[in-house]
Amino acid sequence: MANIFKTVFRTINLVLGFIILLTQSVVHAEDKLVNIYSARKEALILPLLERFEADTGIAFQLVTGKADGLLKRIEIEGEATPADVFITVDVGRLYKAKSAGILGQVDSPVLVETIPAHLRDKDNQWFGLSQRARVIFYAKDRVDPSELSTYEALTDEKWRGRFCIRSSSNVYNQSLVASMIEHLGLEKTEKWAAGLVANFARSPGGGDTDQLRAVAAGQCDLTIVNTYYYGRLLNSDKPKDIEVADKIGVFWPNQDGRGAHVNISGAGVTKYAKHPDTAQALLEYLVRPESQSWYGERNNEYPVSSGAEIPPTLVFLGAFTADTIELTLLGENNKAALQLMDRAGWR
Amino acid sequence: MNSAAIENGTQRLKWRGLSPWLVVSVLLTLVILTPIITICTYLFHPPSENWGHLVDTVLPDYINNSLLLMIGVTFGVTSMGTITAWLTSMYKFPGRAVLIWALLLPLAMPAYIIAYTYTGMLDAGGPLQEWIREYFDLQYGDYWFPEIRSVGGAIAMFSLVLYPYVYLLARAAFINQSVCVLEASRTLGCGPWSSFFQVALPLARPAIVAGLSLALMETLADFGTVQYFGVSTFTTGIFRTWFGMYDAVAASQLAALLMLFVFVLVLLERWSRRRSRFHHTTDHFRRLPEVQLSPGKAWLATVACFLPLLFGFLVPVFQLIIWAVSTYEEMIDRRIIELAQHSFLLAGSAAILVLIPALILGYRNRTDPSAIMNFCSRLAGMGHAIPGTVIAIGVLIPFDLLDNMIGPWMRDQLNIETGLFFSGTVFILLFAYMVRFLSVSLQSVEAGLGKIKFSMDDSARSMGLSKGQVMTRVHMPIMKGSLLTAIVIVFVDVLKELPATLMLRPFNFNTLAVRAYELASDERLADSSTAALAIVVVGILPVILLSTAISRSRAGN
Repeated sequence: MANIFKTVFRTINLVLGFIILLTQSVVHAEDKLVNIYSARKEALILPLLERFEADTGIAFQLVTGKADGLLKRIEIEGEATPADVFITVDVGRLYKAKSAGILGQVDSPVLVETIPAHLRDKDNQWFGLSQRARVIFYAKDRVDPSELSTYEALTDEKWRGRFCIRSSSNVYNQSLVASMIEHLGLEKTEKWAAGLVANFARSPGGGDTDQLRAVAAGQCDLTIVNTYYYGRLLNSDKPKDIEVADKIGVFWPNQDGRGAHVNISGAGVTKYAKHPDTAQALLEYLVRPESQSWYGERNNEYPVSSGAEIPPTLVFLGAFTADTIELTLLGENNKAALQLMDRAGWR
Repeated sequence: MNSAAIENGTQRLKWRGLSPWLVVSVLLTLVILTPIITICTYLFHPPSENWGHLVDTVLPDYINNSLLLMIGVTFGVTSMGTITAWLTSMYKFPGRAVLIWALLLPLAMPAYIIAYTYTGMLDAGGPLQEWIREYFDLQYGDYWFPEIRSVGGAIAMFSLVLYPYVYLLARAAFINQSVCVLEASRTLGCGPWSSFFQVALPLARPAIVAGLSLALMETLADFGTVQYFGVSTFTTGIFRTWFGMYDAVAASQLAALLMLFVFVLVLLERWSRRRSRFHHTTDHFRRLPEVQLSPGKAWLATVACFLPLLFGFLVPVFQLIIWAVSTYEEMIDRRIIELAQHSFLLAGSAAILVLIPALILGYRNRTDPSAIMNFCSRLAGMGHAIPGTVIAIGVLIPFDLLDNMIGPWMRDQLNIETGLFFSGTVFILLFAYMVRFLSVSLQSVEAGLGKIKFSMDDSARSMGLSKGQVMTRVHMPIMKGSLLTAIVIVFVDVLKELPATLMLRPFNFNTLAVRAYELASDERLADSSTAALAIVVVGILPVILLSTAISRSRAGN
């Protein structure tokens, strides 16, 4: 009998805990509040949001997750969505958010003046908040940078079995290929992708950091990754990471032409936002020079506005010409890019 | 037979057809199937042009890889799970007392975490290959080394963390089988090997297959591991199609194809259980003899049981600890306690909640093993093989519909703002877990119910116990071990669950799994290790509890 009481007691305990859990998650009804769905990881956005709260007195609630999942969630929630702001990385996702009809228009002179036109939506539905370059990295002891020139030239036969890159499921690669489609046309890009696949040292897999480690280890000699992953290794407090970074050089491709491929992290205000004003205030806060510098300090990303401080790591990587293609086009070409990579055998 | 009897018979049939429990069970099945039905409605949209593209380019890969994974994992988990279960149940050898529970530990290790740790160790840039290169003064490519990011690697990862399903159920079957049956086989001239293959193994087969089908469903539903390894399977394909091409129709067609796979699995499992109503023919239970092996063989047994533990748990935990040592100070903050609380509460509530439908379906299935019920409980268990994100979408759609209907009504009539009462709270998450993990719970409940013979019910009733008393005083003591198994496995599974948690959780609500995933997917493996270790620690305690309970549950002890 005592046993049964114990079990009952435990169950009640659990149920109580569960009720506490439920009430915790009921949405606050404050006015000075902004609800955020963010595909930027907690560690890469929370500190900035905490500063925002301290500076403006606007409280925030945050859910993080995968971009596509959150996007789908807002879409399904429809008019009832509690989300005011959708934060994500890669223009491909921002474009999808717009096409899915979940974003509303934001009329903010501050945003329009601060952010260059090619880094924001022409209908003011999404805005770039930081820039990230995806460029070539090479093994210093096996590749002479004078051998390198453009993304296109990576299909050269001399690189056979010497190139590593992550999977085509990765949206950064999709956007890179989408930009190539815009510049070269579908046919040439497909040929390029097939040529690149022919040069693969191994079947694609892992993340960008894994590609850098593979280059350092000698599994391949060249890769294409986002520069901030390299910056992280460079600034790591682990000697092993610094050793990896030391073996690798950065090469800015297409400097005589259109420039290096650049993507953004960005955000928009949802169409059915319950707090559109605080939402807009948040976006405007994120393009202030102090916030813009934070992206660089925290994650080696480039600012979208001029006037932000450039941290030493980015100075070390050097100045470069960036491709100023209108980023919306990358979103438009995303599907074509994905199918093209399927056909080229880029797994 | 006269006509009255026939009439009587049809009346009984009619009555049985309308039994309230049957109605409850069928309704329950329907509710649990809602997400899958929701996804299937996409099938009725006009087919998209992307389907042709998929068939031409990547579909053969998806099918090949998924099949290879299933075959490999079948081999891996069955061999590891059955051998360790048999050795620990029947023989004495050094370390056995510890191994009995320690063999369950890999259950607490999420597949994607073990994949990260092994990649960290075995990759071209990892310490092992680096050592090889330095020690032998070689360059990469001068020596052969298996590529961890491959189908083979994925099979190894899944086998190492999923074999405990088979071990758990097989061991419960072995220790519950009557020694007399085994001894009889020995007197009839079977050696130890043929007694194992001809008597023990066939008797335990339903349990082994049940464990195997759980492991295979988990494999098919996995996203994190295969994506990290760059192995394209149905799951990664569904994601690419749904989110990359934004084509819900083609994605759900892929999902339907995946369900077909699962359905075949389910049929196979049924087929293997077609004689599962054969109980043991004797009730002569006594302590298992626990044969003392010769020293050489005993050490061999120790090694055989130690290897799965070593590679499935100790090595990855060791790697996690190495990573954590350099990062834990930064990562242990006031939040991690909160994360652990959330994880624990969520897993605990889910484990108990899931048990309710499992008991209802299990009991119904026992008293009325009709084709309808059978089909219902199999169908309701299919959620285990569906990727968490697909389930999440399938749950969100109907719940948001409900919220969008109730919300305006409550506002107009009662002036109460309900917001997203169902879909914006933990409620939806718990429901998703129910869909995803019902089969896990159901397997254990059915295994427990299988131990209770109908003659036991009859004699208990004849001694004057009411139906309720039969349940509490006869069934519950017999089933205690199985129910505990159900609770603990679901607990640990929810603790590890990622995709649905990630997509459905409410504001300001994180769990250990979310924290570990976020840092790992941001390619900060070292930083993620603290949260990963915390998952393992929270998961270990109930696993150990479970193991002691099972050892005690054997009749004859």
